[in-house]
Amino acid sequence: MIYLDYTSTTPVREEVLESFVQTTKNFWGNPSSLHKFGLISEDLLKMARKQMKDLIDAKNYEVVFTSCATESNNLAIKGIAHRKGNNGKHLITSGVEHPSVYHTFESLREEGYDVTFLKVNKDGRIDLEELKNAIRKDTILVSLMFVNNEIGTIMPIIEVGKLLKKFPKITFHVDIVQALGKIPVKLDEMNIDLATISAHKIYGLKGSGALFVRKGIEIVSQQTGGSQEFNLRAGTVDVPSAVSLAKAMRLILNDLDKSYEYVTKLNNKVRTMLINYPEIIINSPVEQVSPYIINFSVKGVKSETFVHAFEPYEIYFSSKSACSSKISKPSRILKAIGLDDDLASNSVRISLSHLTTDIEIDELEKAFKEVINNLR
Amino acid sequence: MLYDRILIKYGELSLKGRNKHTFLDTVLRTIKHKCINFQNLEYERFYDRLFIILNNEDPFEVIDRLQTVFGLHSFSLCTKCESNIESIKTLALDVVSTEIKNPTTFKVETNRAWKEIPKTSIEISQEIARHVLKNSPQLTVDVHKPEVTLKIDIRAEGTYIMTRDILGLGGLPVGTDGKGLLMMSGGIDSPVAGFLIQKRGVGLEVMHFASPPYTSDRSIQKVVDLTEKLTKYAPNSKIKLHIVPFTKLQKAIFDYCPKSYGITIMRRMMYRICEQYANSNNFPLIVNGENLGQVASQTMYSMYAINSVTSMPIIRPLVTMDKNEIIRIAEKIETYEISIRPFEDCCTIFVPENPVTKPDVHKCLEFEKNFDYEVLIKECLDNIETMEIVEGKAFNVVTEDSSCPINDLF
Repeated sequence: MIYLDYTSTTPVREEVLESFVQTTKNFWGNPSSLHKFGLISEDLLKMARKQMKDLIDAKNYEVVFTSCATESNNLAIKGIAHRKGNNGKHLITSGVEHPSVYHTFESLREEGYDVTFLKVNKDGRIDLEELKNAIRKDTILVSLMFVNNEIGTIMPIIEVGKLLKKFPKITFHVDIVQALGKIPVKLDEMNIDLATISAHKIYGLKGSGALFVRKGIEIVSQQTGGSQEFNLRAGTVDVPSAVSLAKAMRLILNDLDKSYEYVTKLNNKVRTMLINYPEIIINSPVEQVSPYIINFSVKGVKSETFVHAFEPYEIYFSSKSACSSKISKPSRILKAIGLDDDLASNSVRISLSHLTTDIEIDELEKAFKEVINNLR
Repeated sequence: MLYDRILIKYGELSLKGRNKHTFLDTVLRTIKHKCINFQNLEYERFYDRLFIILNNEDPFEVIDRLQTVFGLHSFSLCTKCESNIESIKTLALDVVSTEIKNPTTFKVETNRAWKEIPKTSIEISQEIARHVLKNSPQLTVDVHKPEVTLKIDIRAEGTYIMTRDILGLGGLPVGTDGKGLLMMSGGIDSPVAGFLIQKRGVGLEVMHFASPPYTSDRSIQKVVDLTEKLTKYAPNSKIKLHIVPFTKLQKAIFDYCPKSYGITIMRRMMYRICEQYANSNNFPLIVNGENLGQVASQTMYSMYAINSVTSMPIIRPLVTMDKNEIIRIAEKIETYEISIRPFEDCCTIFVPENPVTKPDVHKCLEFEKNFDYEVLIKECLDNIETMEIVEGKAFNVVTEDSSCPINDLF
């Protein structure tokens, strides 16, 4: 199998799984229990939080463990909207966000909030001036993703952070799921208040995510029950997931530079191959883009057809994001960057990893030639 | 970054007389220890100041570390050139144009320690100011209340130019004046007392009274974490923490003395234990976080009744402070959040409903005759458990002796 869909999910790292298994076997106590066995779990939880905070310049943050990035995004966005709704009801996001952000804002709009969806240019990037103009007295939240999951665009998060520093009443939430471990992220330095991460995108386990919350930022819990996780997420805390998430983070961040350089080379190789085919249009931008993601459209060929055509070769990549790919509609993100319905329905995403080998890309090239010839 | 060195001015210790050398040696040793991770630093020691040559280390990270050293008055980022007017002019302008981007007011202040330079300080200030002003449209002069003061310090070995003074912690270098024993319950006050007494140069060991099963490992974890915060200011970044097994004695007090006197007598026992430990280790004083009037055991009369068991000085740095002032310091030294973890400690269990606020020493002595506390005190002292707490090292009381290696999990 040649797996080229690492943006959808990744295989778990052996060491991370081992950490999960050992914690599950040895320290299965409830961290909320008063007794010593519970205290060990509490300690592990504390150590996990500390390690995670140290890794992305988040000393002054709390880490709230959740079940996935979708939950973290919901908690962040609804949590702020519901907390600060009395101060203002205006929220700002972009039109190219992940469904878990986009649809959360749509549901808040139904609740009576006023949401501005910023437009993006052909590269998928918002315009700072437009953001500046969108900010109002009653704006309480700006939520943007760091790296776009479909086309890889890096949003100007650093610049937005600087801008929002002048608006202390606005909370800045960033979905860093596709940035973590791939490009440098420093929460405090970048003036990010809330940040969403997911374990299974960084070679951790599924069913595990977290929300970083800057100390002093108040959000409303979206789930009632016990007082776990600073009263923000009721329910017994999953310590093995937390511990292994901390490990997954450490391991991926350890190799960030090395992996980046390596994947950039692979990316260039794929791009060089793609431009040989006149029917292919590369949708990912050239600059300010994650090398881990290449999105392109094949003129006249539906995404599904193209993805399935590679199955006989056991080569797997994706039409749009896995969270939306079962819906047979043109990609919202690609339409937002200006593609027409046809091209937006013909988009395909290859996503790379430090695990991807040169030989795999060679195999991809061979298969590409055959598939394109057959489809012509 | 134009700045290549940090000028450190000593605080009060520059007033010292013949023992000044001891102080200076101690403070330099401490600085070197605290900055051990910056391998490129070099140190130039002069009579009453010290230069740290940065050799490309980040000055602000270095200053962060210097902010853990008592005995330092201020830090200035500075740069050096030859002591002649032309060089000074060039460098002064360089400093201004890299440091000051926004429109602001400034003045020049010259200190001419080396008199061979052929102009007076005022003349030099004027000449430099003219030169800088001519070439920096963002600046205007304000000699009374300038935003930026460009300081020029002319000496034989060279001229130093600096713009910013950052205040240090002040105080005296820790370790110049022996050790004190800090009583730590786990509350907000005692770590603050520990911080303040270190400011006067006193090294610390910490004593905590544990009463399992009434108190738990979580309370011990609290004092471990609190002590860790204090190690930041210890010259070698280590502090010894002693855990006294106090249950038996505490229960005996409860069994043999009237409840209203429970706290008073408990405190008396604690002082006896501390004094004996301090004496056998040659510590001349005990330090605690007591504050006048905060709780029943902290009235003047209580202090008298409790204090009368010992003639050793008991220093209470917080005695006149308001709770808010204490909390402010606790937040600054990052102990507040640890202190408010909600676990029982030896001072919060067995608390009587109506503690006596004017205890009588004679009554205390009478009640203490009800049981043989000397034996119990000896038992406490014989069974003290000591741990060495080191700055920055995560130390978990419970997981420390677990069979599964914890660190591998991360």
